[in-house]
Amino acid sequence: MKALGPRGLWLTVALLVLALLVLPFLVKNYRVFQFNLVLVYAIAILGLNLLTGFNGQISLGHGAFYAFGAYTAAVLMDKAGVPYWATLPAAGLLCFGFGLLLGFPALRLAGPYLALATYALALAVPQLLKYKRLEELTGGVQGIVLVKPDAPFAFSLLGQPLSQDRWLYFFTLAVAALMFLLSWNLLRGRVGRALVAIRDHPIAATAMGINLPLFKSLAFGVSAAITGVAGALGAITVAFVSPDSFTVSLSIFLLVGLVVGGLASIPGAIFGAVFIQFVPNIADDISKSAPSAIYGVLLIALMILMPSGVMGVLNGAWARLRARGS
Amino acid sequence: MPFINFRLATVAVAAALIAGSALAQKKYDPGATDKEIKLGNAIPYSGPASAYGAIGKAVAAYFDKVNAEGGVNGRMIKFLSLDDGYNPARTVEVTRRLVEEDEVLLMFQTLGTPSNSAIHKYLNTKKVPQLFVATGATKWGDPQNFPYTMGWQPSYQSEAKIYAAHLLETKPGGKVAVLYQNDDYGKDYLKGFEDGLGDKAKTMIVARASYEVTDPTIDSQMVSLRASGADVFFNVTTPKFAAQAIKKAADLGWKPVHYLNSVSSSAGSVLAPAGLDNSMGVMTAGYIKDPTDPQHQKGKDWDDWVAWMKKYHPNGDLKDNFAVYGYTVAQTMVQVLRQAGDNLTRDNIMKQAASLDITLPMLLPGVNIKTGPDDFYPIEREQMLRFNGKSWEGFGKVYGR
Amino acid sequence: MDALLHQIVSGLANGCIYGSVALALVMIYQSTHHINFAQGEMATFSTFIAWALIQAGWPYWAAFATTVAISFAGGLLLQRLVLRQVEKAPVLTNVIVFIGLLLIFNALSGWIFEHTLKSFPSPFPKDSVLASRYVSAHELGSAAVMLGVLGALFVFFRLTPLGLAMRAAAQNPDSARLVGIRVSWMLALGWGLAAAIGSVAGMMIAPVVFLDPNMMAGILLYGFAAALLGGIDSPLGAVVGGFVVGVLENLLGAYVIGTELKLSVALVLIVATLTLRPNGLFGKTVVSRV
Repeated sequence: MKALGPRGLWLTVALLVLALLVLPFLVKNYRVFQFNLVLVYAIAILGLNLLTGFNGQISLGHGAFYAFGAYTAAVLMDKAGVPYWATLPAAGLLCFGFGLLLGFPALRLAGPYLALATYALALAVPQLLKYKRLEELTGGVQGIVLVKPDAPFAFSLLGQPLSQDRWLYFFTLAVAALMFLLSWNLLRGRVGRALVAIRDHPIAATAMGINLPLFKSLAFGVSAAITGVAGALGAITVAFVSPDSFTVSLSIFLLVGLVVGGLASIPGAIFGAVFIQFVPNIADDISKSAPSAIYGVLLIALMILMPSGVMGVLNGAWARLRARGS
Repeated sequence: MPFINFRLATVAVAAALIAGSALAQKKYDPGATDKEIKLGNAIPYSGPASAYGAIGKAVAAYFDKVNAEGGVNGRMIKFLSLDDGYNPARTVEVTRRLVEEDEVLLMFQTLGTPSNSAIHKYLNTKKVPQLFVATGATKWGDPQNFPYTMGWQPSYQSEAKIYAAHLLETKPGGKVAVLYQNDDYGKDYLKGFEDGLGDKAKTMIVARASYEVTDPTIDSQMVSLRASGADVFFNVTTPKFAAQAIKKAADLGWKPVHYLNSVSSSAGSVLAPAGLDNSMGVMTAGYIKDPTDPQHQKGKDWDDWVAWMKKYHPNGDLKDNFAVYGYTVAQTMVQVLRQAGDNLTRDNIMKQAASLDITLPMLLPGVNIKTGPDDFYPIEREQMLRFNGKSWEGFGKVYGR
Repeated sequence: MDALLHQIVSGLANGCIYGSVALALVMIYQSTHHINFAQGEMATFSTFIAWALIQAGWPYWAAFATTVAISFAGGLLLQRLVLRQVEKAPVLTNVIVFIGLLLIFNALSGWIFEHTLKSFPSPFPKDSVLASRYVSAHELGSAAVMLGVLGALFVFFRLTPLGLAMRAAAQNPDSARLVGIRVSWMLALGWGLAAAIGSVAGMMIAPVVFLDPNMMAGILLYGFAAALLGGIDSPLGAVVGGFVVGVLENLLGAYVIGTELKLSVALVLIVATLTLRPNGLFGKTVVSRV
C-alpha cells in the first residue's frame, strides 16, 4: 500500500474542510447544537491538555476556568450589553489572569497534591457562584438567561436556512480552528519542548536553564485562557448559565475526554469531545445509572490497555501503515 | 332589520356547523397520532439530586397502568424520560432532543428550578407546553408572559405565607429562627415567609442560617439558631437535613414552635429517623397523603394505590411519598389528555390544562386542582397538619384559594 | 459562651467524621504513596453492604464485622486485579484510575441500592449515662472507635514486623525487595486495610448524615483537608487534623464568614497547608536527593 503523496494529502484535507462546512445544512438544528457542544468541549480539552498532557500538571479543576469564562460572557452580555463575539477575548484574558494567579501556589504542589488542590477548587466553584454578595452580578442560584445571537446575514443551502445554531456552528468552528492553530504553533516550537521537558525531567530541565516557575505559571495561564474561551462559547450556545451547570462532574468529564483522546495530542481533543458529548446519550438508553459506571470502567480500561488514548492507537496504526508501504 | 338578521343567522349557523365538524375532526400536533401520544420529561436520575428520579419512575409506572387499561381515548402514552443529572446545560440538550428529534407533544414534569429556567424561553418560543413542572417556584404561574408554562404543586411562597399567617394568628410576639437550603428552593420559602409576615418580618425573624447540600451536618447552624433565643423555628430543609435538624433540636433541649416545609414532611423518611418523640408537635402544611401515615392506610383510594404499586411499580418503596406524588401528577396529566379528546394540538392542551377542576384520590381531603385562564396554579390549597407522635393530624383550616 | 462551647463540641464531633476518613486516606498513603480519590465512594459502598445485611436481619455487630472483612478482601482484590497494572505508571495514570474507581463505586451504589435516603442504626445506646446536652452517645462512641482504630494503626506500624515491612515497601520498594519483602503483597495489604478502615468510618458516619450514594461527596474534601493538615503520613496527624478542621469549619461558619462559603474554607485550608507547611503538623519532612 502506498502512503498518500502530498497531493493526496491536500485533497483529503480539502474534502474534510468541505464536509465540515456543509455538515450543518445536512442535519437538523438539534444535531447542529450537539456539534457546537462538541466543538466547545474540544477547545476546553485542548486547554486542559496543554497543562496536563504536555506540561504534566494534573488539573482536576478545569471546570472552574470553564465556569469563569462562561460567567464572564454571561455577565457581560446580560448586564453590559456587550456583543457575544466580544465576550470571548474578555473571557480569555480574565481566565489567563485567573490561571496565572493559581499557577503560583501550584508551583509548590507536585502531582497528586495539585490534583487534590484543583479538585477542591472544582468542588468550591458552585458554592462561590451562589455567594450572596455576588448575587447582583451572577444572578445567584437562578442563573442568567441569555439571548442567543442571530446570524448576521440570511443564507440558505440545500433548502436549510442559516439558523442561530448553524451560525454559531461556523463561529465556533472558526474559533476552534484558531485555538488549535495557535496551540499547535506554540507547542511545536521552543515553548512546547520546554513544557514537555519540564513534565518528563524537571530537574534536568532546570539544569539546562529552563525557567521552571515562569513556564509552569504561563502554562497554567494559557491553559486557563483557552478553557475560559470554551466556557464563554458554551454559555452562548446553551444560552443559560447557573451554578449547577459547573459542578465537579464537568472537571471530571473534561479529564475523561482528555484521556480518551490522548494525552499530549492536539487532534485527540476532538475525539475526547465527541466521546463525552455522545456517550452519555447512548449510555442513557442502556440504563439510567450507566453513564457514570461506563465512564469509570472506560477510564480504567484505557489507562491499562490504551494509555495514549485514541490518538495513540491511530498514530500507531498510521505508522504501521506507512512502514508497510515503504 | 330582518334581512340582515337572517343573513347573520345563516352565517352563524354555518359557522357553528363548520366549527362543529372541525371539533369532530382529529387535530394533531407533532407527538400525537391516532395510536399514541408522546410525552417528554427531563429529570435527574444521576448526580446529587438523583433521589428525585423516583418521581420519574413512579410517573412511568402510572402510565403503564393507563396503557394496560386501554390508554387515553384509545391512544397509548409513550413517556420519554431522560436524565439531566440536575445540570441545566444538559436539561437544554435533552429537551431539545425530545422536542426536535423525538418530536414529543409536550414536556411534562421537568424537575428543578434552574433546569426549568434554562428551557423556559425555548419552550415558550417553540410553543411547546411545559406542563406541571416539578418545582414550587412561584414564577411558573405567569400566563401573560409564558402562556405555555404551568406548575403543579403549591408554590413554596404560598406555603410559607400559610405558615406566616398561622404564626401571626397564634403567636404574634414570637421570635423566629430560619434554617434554609442555600438555593432557589430555600430562598423562595424564605421570601414567602418574609412577605407573609410583612412589616413584622424585620422584628420577628431574629436569626437566619443557610446550608449547602454538600454540608455533612447542620449541627453548627442549629447551635447558632438556638443561641439566638428564638422560640419559633422555620425549617426549610430537604429530607436528610430535616431529620438532622429535628434530632439536633431535641438533643440541644430546644423545643420551639416548629414549622416544617412540606418537602420534608414524610413521617417514614424524615420523622422516623429523626425520632418520633422528637417530632411531636411539628407542624406542616400538606396537600398529598403521606403513605406512612396510618390514618390514610385504609379505604378504596389507599387500596387502589397499593394495588398499583404492587403491580406496576414493584421496585418502588411503599413508604416513599415521591411515589404518591408521581401517581397524582400523572393522573393530572391523564385528565388533561382525556379532556383534550381528539384535539391534540398544543394550544388545546394548554387550554385544557387551564380548565381543570378536579380532586384526586391521593390528595388530602379539602385539597383540589383548579385552574383558569388567569390561574396557572393548579394546587393552592393546603391543610395545616400537626404531628402527634404517630401521624399527621389535621387541625385548623384548609388555607388557599 | 454556651453557644461557643456548643460550636466547639459539635465541631469536634464533626471532626471525628473527618478524622476517620482521613485515617483511611493516610493508610493508603503510607502503604502506597498515593492519594486515593475513591476512598469516600468505597466507604459508602461498604456501608451499603452493612445496611443490606442489617435489613436482612443480621444483628448489628455481626453485620459490622462481616462488612469490615468483606471490605478488606475487596480492597485487597482491587489492588491485585486493577491497581497492580498501573503500579509502575506515572502519577497522572494513577490519579485517573482513582477517578475511574470513584465513578464506578458511586454508580454501583446508586444502581444496586437506589437513591432514596436510608437511615442507618447506631450501635451506641441513645440514653447512655455519658451522653449530655452537648454531645450524644453516638458521637462519643464514634470518637472512641476512631481512637481505637488510631491506636491499632499505631501499634501495627510501629511495633509489628508486618507494619515495618509495609512502610519499607512504600518508601523504598527496590531496597525492600532486596531484603525479601514481597512488595506487591504489601501494597495489596495496604489497600485492604484502607478499605476496612473506610468501611468503619462509613458505618460511624451514616447514622449522623443518613445513607445515600452521595453521602461522602461533601465529607471527602474535609477528610483530605484533615489528612493534609495533620500530615499525610501520620495517623495521629489525621485525627488531630480532623478535629482542627471540624472546629475551624464551625467557628468560621458561625462567627466569621457565614455558612455560605464552607467549601471555600476547605479549599483555602488545603492550598495553604500545601504551600506553607506541606508536611502538615505531624508529618515527616522527606528530603529527596537530586
